[in-house]
Amino acid sequence: MKIRLFKDKVISGAMLVFSILSVSMVLLIGVGLYWRSLPILQDYSIWELISSNVWRPLKGSFGFYPFIMGTLWVTGMSIAIAIPLCLLTAIYVSEYAPNRFKNFFLPMINMLAGIPPVIYGVWGVLFVVPLVQKYVAPFFVDFSTGFTVLAGGIVLAVMIFPLIVSIIVEVLQTIPKELREASLSLGATKWETIKKVVLRKAMPGIIAAIVLAVSRAFGETIAVLMVCGNVPIAPQSIFDPAYPLPALLANNFGEMMSVPLYDAALMFSALALFVIILIFNIISRLILQKISVRNA
Amino acid sequence: MIGSTILVGLSLFLIIGTVIIKGLPFLSLDMLTKTPNGGYYFGRSGGVLNAIIGSIYVAGGATLLGMLISLPVAIYLNIYLKKENRFARFAKLSFDVLFGIPSIVYGAFAFSLMVYLGVRASLLGGVIAVALLVIPIMVRTLDEVIIHVPKELKEAVLSLGATRWEMAKIYFRQIKAGILTAVLLAFGRGVGDVAAVMFTAGFSDNIPTSLNEPAATLPLAIFFQLGSPIPEVQGRAYASAFILSIFILIIVVLSTLLTNKRRKKS
Repeated sequence: MKIRLFKDKVISGAMLVFSILSVSMVLLIGVGLYWRSLPILQDYSIWELISSNVWRPLKGSFGFYPFIMGTLWVTGMSIAIAIPLCLLTAIYVSEYAPNRFKNFFLPMINMLAGIPPVIYGVWGVLFVVPLVQKYVAPFFVDFSTGFTVLAGGIVLAVMIFPLIVSIIVEVLQTIPKELREASLSLGATKWETIKKVVLRKAMPGIIAAIVLAVSRAFGETIAVLMVCGNVPIAPQSIFDPAYPLPALLANNFGEMMSVPLYDAALMFSALALFVIILIFNIISRLILQKISVRNA
Repeated sequence: MIGSTILVGLSLFLIIGTVIIKGLPFLSLDMLTKTPNGGYYFGRSGGVLNAIIGSIYVAGGATLLGMLISLPVAIYLNIYLKKENRFARFAKLSFDVLFGIPSIVYGAFAFSLMVYLGVRASLLGGVIAVALLVIPIMVRTLDEVIIHVPKELKEAVLSLGATRWEMAKIYFRQIKAGILTAVLLAFGRGVGDVAAVMFTAGFSDNIPTSLNEPAATLPLAIFFQLGSPIPEVQGRAYASAFILSIFILIIVVLSTLLTNKRRKKS
């Protein structure tokens, strides 16, 4: 009997250690990245780094502004494309479509989530970039290579489709049927019910989905890298090329060790990405948790 | 509304279709079974076997390492601790957060770790980076599975006087399918990810024979081939992408079968 209890205690102790180590990974990553970016933080203030437009690492000037702008433009574009499409799709799937359609459609969309980003990049280069170059851009600008914010936005949007659709569908399911029935019994049409009652109730969840999607889009590296043009100038329109922060990291890792302060600068961008995504994630998870507690 | 649904669904077929159409013409038995010969990136003969095997090694090693850590953690959080326990809730939140961190941050962090530990860009580095990436995924999946085991089992086992470890062993048999799903999911992610392996696994034209050698990975191979100016090589990139897709397709089909089997049982 004693041996069994002893085994139990020892094993639970070991598991506790594992758990603490894993959980502290968040902290470890943050601390590790911060420690590696210290050299550049000591030489320049954060404001200087963020607002300077000049990116000449060989000369020692590290202005992250073009990359921050690039990231914002591409992410913004993808959100602008994805949110309306996914919202409408989620509403259709959960409110209008028959159950069989739902059971067939949702796993299919989740397959999109399993496709590796490289393949999205290949698709982007083969399909989206020529599409933008030949069919969309001529209406708006004189010349475009197709490697633009728009192309990056489209590819990124498709990548975040499954995330947004599945969360919004789930959120819509948790809204009690009584609410809809009450509204309909008062004479509202189905669309009015959805617009004024269901969506209003689901708004926090929808916002959480958007926030999560933004954080996913922020960090996506390879697919965007392949279609965005990688020109370190802040984009002025969606037909300009962009150079998002993760792409900067990925492209320059090779040279980073040879130039002083370069590696600290890149680690700083990784740290910035980490912190932003961390904050976004925590906010949206907390919102989602509150919703599930409230409606359980 | 229906239009947007069609658009969203269509995109899946667009992607798969493009890869198949562009990749199939360049696919050949050579690609699957040979490593690159000299000048491969300039159009000479050879294949991507180095990348295929390298990816399997990296993803496999990372999944193994990840499972060694994730399984105890998931069991501890769900079976040893009560559900309302603050540490358990905090841990689950942390893992959700870790799940959302992009792979490039993991790559950068793993690289710093490697520099600190003196490990060079190698199979080992890639395995560590991908394992870190994959642990939150596995913990989350295992979490879901363990929660769904019916409460009566837990109560029956405890009422017979079992210790928590013995209870864990009983649970283990129930969740075997879930463990396989987690493994497949992790493997799929490990095979397809570029950013984590870019600076940690290196790249090589040979199949690695030890943990300290650099390993080629399929996504990186696609990436490099795509960057070449020679259309032959670019075509090979599409074929490699096709190979990667087949890999992922197998994994997805396997895991869907497993989930359905599990659902039918319960």
